[in-house]
Formats: sequence, structure tokens, C-alpha cells
Amino acid sequence: MEILKQPWPWYVAGALIGLIVPALLILGNKHFGISANLRHACAACFPANIPFFKYEWKKEIWNFFFVAGIIAGAFIAARFLANPAPMEVHTNLVTELNTYGINDYSQMMPAEIFSFKSLFTLRGFIMLVVGGFLVGFGTRYAGGCTSGHAIMGLSNLQVPSLVATISFMAGGFIMANLILPFILRL
Amino acid sequence: MNDRVIITPDQVKLKSPVIVMDTDFEVRSLDTMCINESVQQHPWWYNFKYAAVGVLFGIVFVKAEIISWFRIQEMFRLQSFHMYGVIGTAVVVGVISVWLIKKLKVKTIYGEDIPFHPKKFNKGQIIGGLMFGFGWAMTGACPGPLFAQIASGFFVVVVVLLSAIAGTWVYGFFRERLPH
Repeated sequence: MEILKQPWPWYVAGALIGLIVPALLILGNKHFGISANLRHACAACFPANIPFFKYEWKKEIWNFFFVAGIIAGAFIAARFLANPAPMEVHTNLVTELNTYGINDYSQMMPAEIFSFKSLFTLRGFIMLVVGGFLVGFGTRYAGGCTSGHAIMGLSNLQVPSLVATISFMAGGFIMANLILPFILRL
Repeated sequence: MNDRVIITPDQVKLKSPVIVMDTDFEVRSLDTMCINESVQQHPWWYNFKYAAVGVLFGIVFVKAEIISWFRIQEMFRLQSFHMYGVIGTAVVVGVISVWLIKKLKVKTIYGEDIPFHPKKFNKGQIIGGLMFGFGWAMTGACPGPLFAQIASGFFVVVVVLLSAIAGTWVYGFFRERLPH
């Protein structure tokens, strides 16, 4: 039990995530992917006669069940398997974040950004609302996210998925190193 | 849009005896990951098997700190190997799994073939990919961890999720006018 409560090493997590690929294929011919759920949500709730959302979303209902499982699993892990110790973070990052007034390491995410109080500040609004919009718009434009392209697509040796994965990483590096310092200073 | 159709209706007719589904199949194949059709009709509760896989995934997300904003910041500053290890190991295990499924012609638990479809390159993978990268570094979440962050107690992330759904909708609205 104590081992379960410690943060799990990358090779355990990576191997388990990799095994989701064959598990979904063998259980029912499903290709690993999550961001499509956002599209199915649009198709189910507000199709608005847009061709991109006019399809039989009920055929993709397995993906909602998959996400419901993720929600349940995350709840179980956070509730019963949580690591009580504060986050261990690289000292350079701690120093940098300190200059933006971010010092909360008690949880996985800093309350200075991820709280309702922060949402109503300019910084919090950009981080949460604009950030979320880019995730939704970008993954659909790219045709997949980290699971659909970086894991499922690369597992099937697809060059377009490699292009997408490199673009994800490039975007992340540009944002984190060149743009985020200005946003976090707001 | 014409150049984006992966499978022509003629090919669909060869593959699927149900011709009524043609247009729907095309729309779904545009870039939804899963276009494998099954002739099997199962009751809805069969989907709980996917929920079970999801539970495992959700636990891993939290326990390996993949949902942590700090881990994502470290990744994009080359301050930690953790996330590279996670994604790298997952890809290696995935590549071996898919290779074995193709090589041994593994079938589903219902005895159906497991087909794989090539993805077509389009500019969206670069432009959209960069946009997603920006959002990933800001929110510390890709679409999977988004749900796990909410479930682990960060209720404000519901706003991020709604915004991501709005982003998807806006993409769908402008899709025809965007370069692909």
C-alpha cells in the first residue's frame, strides 16, 4: 500500500499507458484517443447544422465510457492513494515561479492559478479560458491529441502523427519559455 | 473538404454491406480516430469494459503526476525526464503491441479482424499542433488529464474543459475556411 501511495515511476506509468493501445483494440476494435470526446460532446449537444458535427455520435459512445472511467480512476487515486507529501519540483522552476508569486506546492497544481479566485483575474482568465480554448481548437485542427497522435498514431508508425507530436512539443516549448513568462507576470 | 475524404464511397461499399451508412462513415472518418466498423450489435452496457480501462488510465494519470502542471512545466524546460519517460515508454509498448497484433493477426475478443488505417498529412497537424502545444503548456493538461484534474478536486478546471469544448466547436464552425 505504501508503494502505491508513492508517486509511480515513469516506466510503470508508461508501460501501463502503452498497454491501453492493445487493450482497446482487442476489447472491441477501438483506437486509443480522447480529444474526439470534445467533438462528440459538440455533436451531441450543439451540432448547429455544422457538417463537422453531423454524424452519428452514438456510435462513439464507448469514448464517453472511457472518459467516465478516467474520472472515476482519478477520483479513486486522489481520494485513497494520494501522496501526502508536497510536490518535488526542480529548483530552477521553483526559483522562476517564485518571481511570479507562485509558491503553492501542496498539490499537483498551484492554487495561485487553478482556483476560482484566480479565474477572475486577467492572468487566471488567460491561463484557464484561453488555454482551454487552444487545447480544444488545436487538438481538433491537428486531428488528435497526445493519446491519438503521440501514442496511438506513433504506435502505428504514422508520419502525420510524428509531425503532429513534434508540433505539440514545439508549441509547448515556445509557450513555456517565450510567452508564459509574460503571462505569469500579469 | 473534398481532398480530406480518406475512404471513397466505392471503397466503403466493398468493405461494408450496409450502404446506408456511407455518408456517416465519411464524416466520421474525417478525423475521428475510430472508424472501425463492427457488424456486432451489443447492448449499451458492454461499454463498461472501456470504462474499466479508463479507470486504470485515470489512476495512472494521478499516481504518475501526469496531471501535474509542475511536471508539464518541467518537461517544456528540460528540467525533468519524467514526462519523456512516460510518453516514450508508452510509445515503445504501443509500437510493439501494434506490431504483434499485425504480425500474429490477433483478433478482438469477438473474433473480428483488427484493421489499421493510415493517417493523411495535412497542415492542421502543424498549425493545430502548435496551438495545442501552447494550450498544453498553459493549462498543464491534454484532453485526458483535463478530466482527471477535475476528478482529483480541481473544480475550476471545469471552466478549462468547457472552453476546450467551445474551441472544438469554433474549429468545426470555421473548418472549411481554414488551411488543411
